[in-house]
Amino acid sequence: MRAKKEIIIGILIALPSIIAIAIFVYGFIFWTVRVSMSNWNSFSALIRGQYHFVGLRNYIRLFQDDRFITDLWNTLFFTLFFLLGSIALGLILAVLVDTGLKGSQLFQNIYLFPMAVAFVVTGTVWGWIFAPGIIPNDPQGVNLLFKQLGLEKLIWGWYTSTDHIGTFNLALIPVIIAAVWQMSGYTMAMYLAGLRSIPQDIEEAARVDGASSWQVFWRIKFPLLKPITFSALIILGHISLKIFDLVFAMTGSGPNFVTDMPSIYMFELTFRSNRYARGSAIAIIMLLMVAVVIIPYLVSSMKEEVRR
Amino acid sequence: MKKIVIYTLMVIFALFYLLPIYVLIVTSFKPLSEVGISTMWNPPHRWSLEGMKKAFEKIGKNMINSFYLTIPATIISSFLGSINGYIFSKVRFKGDKLIFALILFGMFIPYQSVLFPLIRFLQSIKLYGSIPGLILVHVIYGIPITTLIFRNYYMEVPDELIEASKIDGAGFFKSYAKVLLPLSIPAFVVVVIWQFTNIWNEFLFAVTVTSNPEKQPITVALVNLAGSQVIEWNIQMAGALITALPTLLVYIFLGRYFIRGLLAGSVKG
Repeated sequence: MRAKKEIIIGILIALPSIIAIAIFVYGFIFWTVRVSMSNWNSFSALIRGQYHFVGLRNYIRLFQDDRFITDLWNTLFFTLFFLLGSIALGLILAVLVDTGLKGSQLFQNIYLFPMAVAFVVTGTVWGWIFAPGIIPNDPQGVNLLFKQLGLEKLIWGWYTSTDHIGTFNLALIPVIIAAVWQMSGYTMAMYLAGLRSIPQDIEEAARVDGASSWQVFWRIKFPLLKPITFSALIILGHISLKIFDLVFAMTGSGPNFVTDMPSIYMFELTFRSNRYARGSAIAIIMLLMVAVVIIPYLVSSMKEEVRR
Repeated sequence: MKKIVIYTLMVIFALFYLLPIYVLIVTSFKPLSEVGISTMWNPPHRWSLEGMKKAFEKIGKNMINSFYLTIPATIISSFLGSINGYIFSKVRFKGDKLIFALILFGMFIPYQSVLFPLIRFLQSIKLYGSIPGLILVHVIYGIPITTLIFRNYYMEVPDELIEASKIDGAGFFKSYAKVLLPLSIPAFVVVVIWQFTNIWNEFLFAVTVTSNPEKQPITVALVNLAGSQVIEWNIQMAGALITALPTLLVYIFLGRYFIRGLLAGSVKG
């Protein structure tokens, strides 16, 4: 009897939170889907409030829109190189710090501190570092460093450049560097936690069998880190698919939208030009991209827990 | 020999991470007369507080706004997370796993997908454009992560401890307040630091929910400051330094708790 009462009290206490999430997450997503299938593409249409269902028209228009297609390519390449950079750098840093040499704790703290800094701060500072200045006579930032070091050949427009290789806009490179700067400490922390949970005796046993430390790492430790790589890819990947603050503060859309992202286009449509329906359609596309990555991850985490 | 290689690599990487801090500091403390593009990498000849003062005049009130926003939102969402964490770890009911997973999904969504309805809702309850409105937003969207961290923490607390208190006649609230809460301090530290950092640094809700510059949090004020072409670089960089300072101080003094929150965010406890 008592236990049953406990459960009812428990549910009642959690209920406000559950209802809040039901409304503010799921209810609002449903509402956004509804807006994305409406004709609310001007302020007056919104004020009149009459809802005209237009089906997938806003979505179809987006996929015919060159700017949105550019955004999707930018997201793809940004995500790809950001993930590669953060995973590789994070792993290298973790291995270096894990040697436990004197002072490695200090280095670990240095590598991780960008995680505590706001994306908008990162964008502001790196935006200045990579500002190209006037080429060739009055370079600024990194270009100025190149000039002072006699490396004039390396001077280029950074995030103002419209150069591209296929559909990869080179202007994304400085943005990717800033993002890797901010997030690679996170992958390092994940890998470090993983490396430290590997029992010492596994390594010692391998050593007794004559394995070099190189072999110990690649044959034994690295395979054990696979689940961590997987988690890191998911966590960083979903952040990257919805990246907004960093790009907004650092470069904005850029010339010819070379550094534009779906989130920035969504922001401008919804809050600058009152095209709520089109903006909502982008938001839902972003949600779908994130859901494809996150839902399988959540399901597998939950299953793993049940097994425990 | 191997040691030298490792140290060399560690120092090179450290330079990459510290580069923006160098730029921030040398630019922020330059007097206006020294802020030239051709000398941007040089340290100031004369250190000056001019830039810091001017930046503070421009975004000082936004910093206060950020404190008014971050402190209540952090405290409320921490307690909410603690009580939710208790229920999802110690009170089992049908479907609890599924509901918990549905709640967790809320921390991964791009908030763009709820933004338009959210603003309409805040307008209808007259909280749009205000700090209390933003507090509400951060408390609600903070439920998933705070619940997760507390739940994972309480999972490690043996059920017997709670059972024992119940045998002693303690009710639901009493066993939470007398047994679980006193054990929760480490989890509270992790959650408070995590929420403080995230809410302080947040930009999307801040820029869309508050439109009046007097009411905007510091991240929005910084972007407006930096986006303006007429403002000198030393003031912009000083603004960035001021924005970063509170969370940096938290990191410097409470870094190891910060890392725990960071790792908890990858779902598995």
